Amino acid sequence: MAVTHGVHPTIAVLERHLTLYRRLWQASVFSSFVLPVLFLLSIGIGVGGYIGRVQGVDYLSWIVPGVLASTAFQIAVGESTYSVLGDFKWVRAYHAMRATPVEPMDMVRGHLLYLVFRVAIAVVAFLVVVVFFGGLHSPWALVTPLVCALLTVSVAAPVTAFAATIDHDSYFSLVFRLVALPSTLFAGVFFPVEQLTPVLRPLAYASPLWHAVELCRAATLGRATAWPVPAHVGYLLVWAAAGLFLAVRAFRRRLED
Amino acid sequence: MARGGFRVPPGRRGGAGPGGADNLLRKCRGRWLGSRIVADQPLIYARGLVKRFGEFTAVDGIDLDVAPGEAFGFLGPNGAGKSSTMRMIGCVSTPTAGELRILGMDAVHDGPRIRARLGVCPQLDNLDPDLTVRENLVTYARYFGLSRAESRRRADELLEFVQLGDRAGGKVEPLSGGMKRRLTIARAMVNDPDLVLLDEPTTGLDPQARHLLWERLFRLKQRGTTLVLTTHYMDEAEQLCDRLVVMDGGRIVAEGSPRSLIETYSTAEVVELRFPGMPEAGPRHAAALEGVGKRVDPLPDRVLVYVDDGDAALAEVHRRGLEPSSVLVRRSTLEDVFLHLTGRTLVD
Repeated sequence: MAVTHGVHPTIAVLERHLTLYRRLWQASVFSSFVLPVLFLLSIGIGVGGYIGRVQGVDYLSWIVPGVLASTAFQIAVGESTYSVLGDFKWVRAYHAMRATPVEPMDMVRGHLLYLVFRVAIAVVAFLVVVVFFGGLHSPWALVTPLVCALLTVSVAAPVTAFAATIDHDSYFSLVFRLVALPSTLFAGVFFPVEQLTPVLRPLAYASPLWHAVELCRAATLGRATAWPVPAHVGYLLVWAAAGLFLAVRAFRRRLED
Repeated sequence: MARGGFRVPPGRRGGAGPGGADNLLRKCRGRWLGSRIVADQPLIYARGLVKRFGEFTAVDGIDLDVAPGEAFGFLGPNGAGKSSTMRMIGCVSTPTAGELRILGMDAVHDGPRIRARLGVCPQLDNLDPDLTVRENLVTYARYFGLSRAESRRRADELLEFVQLGDRAGGKVEPLSGGMKRRLTIARAMVNDPDLVLLDEPTTGLDPQARHLLWERLFRLKQRGTTLVLTTHYMDEAEQLCDRLVVMDGGRIVAEGSPRSLIETYSTAEVVELRFPGMPEAGPRHAAALEGVGKRVDPLPDRVLVYVDDGDAALAEVHRRGLEPSSVLVRRSTLEDVFLHLTGRTLVD
């Protein structure tokens, strides 16, 4: 057989995404790098100047981990919608892969690895900027990229499953309006969830974003998390595992027949 | 239909061509034997193959044997079950019933291992529009586990083969339909496949692009690549296929080489006659032509007379005092075979 097995199919799928990204990366610079810094400046410093201290720290330092995790969240959701549906419906790239040894599991993993890569770059760039604003208070800040990577998988996997199931892109506005935006607003990014009425609080707890924000905040401020660390991590892992299962199943179904 | 056995493809019979049979033998020893393909085993083996989508039966119990080195075709109109069959052979669609073995492996259980050795040119183009021509090939080669260096080498070699070398760094989008098709065929060759599946390779292309594509596919055939293609163009089937099956309504209605099919189901020549007042006058003229040839077929716009000698038949037509407005004497084609077998034309 002439085929030499040098590269795992998952990595080959990741490479396709990276090759495309090399071509199109300029388009994502604003949302991935510039926007988080603008948030930091306008809300952290601008709004923060009026607020003063929150939970014992200056407001800028308080929202840094929130903006960090929500940046990962935005990339994970945004890059798992149109691009996934498009690779089924318009480009048919997944159909092309289906004719090769690449399996649905490889397609999903390659996509998620690519998003982890995208998030890692954005998060590290943001952290470097934040250092100059004195926004990091503990060496534990170094684990925030890992938390963001986990958040990426736990959010991108179920959204990917959804995108692989639907047939029309108008459903995405539901995801953005009913899931992504409320999550960003109410999951502890800009204010403590304790401010929410007790009736709404479980909604924040249900969002994977809140758990990642809690973990990141504990890391950058060097203090304890709201719930035990394994509970936060475990919750994210459950979303990741369930999302992965659903995404692979959705890919398999869509590519069969 | 012919079953089992190692069939020497017609093009190679009696050692035709420079070392054709020798090459084939060498390939069998060096390659197929080495990877579990035994010489007396067909590359595609199907028995009672069925595909249903809910209530609809797309493929209704077909048997197939395709031998190494053969160019094998599925001829039939849209909806005959050709593409469904191809998708099962490509291991992307699970058969509802029946047995299907590809390259000696089970199509249901060995999907990835089989696909590793197939080249697929799908009916709908699925090239990556945001990648360059060359990146499309390199990216695809990596799906098969080829090393980066090998992927690049194959990409460049194949771009030359499909005459797109000068477009390597360009985008896919501005390529013409024929160029995209050639690129898709190059992509299908990237893993040096044992079997290449082409689903309606020239549908939608202009005549010039079709001929260029046929010429490339003929080269592949000459190199000993096993080709399996579907088409609803009888000229394509005649040009490329050593052997073909005619499909209609999910079933195989005839099987053989283009020539043997024509010999079996048609006559050597066909006289096409047009009369004033068609189609209403068709049956009347058909009746008047009875006995001129072996068979008379009135179509809406013309009457076909199946004969062994066109000129003699034409003389008889004039002797009977018939005055057609136009006359065409031509060789029989697969279109006539299809018409005879199904009562319908291929392209509606």
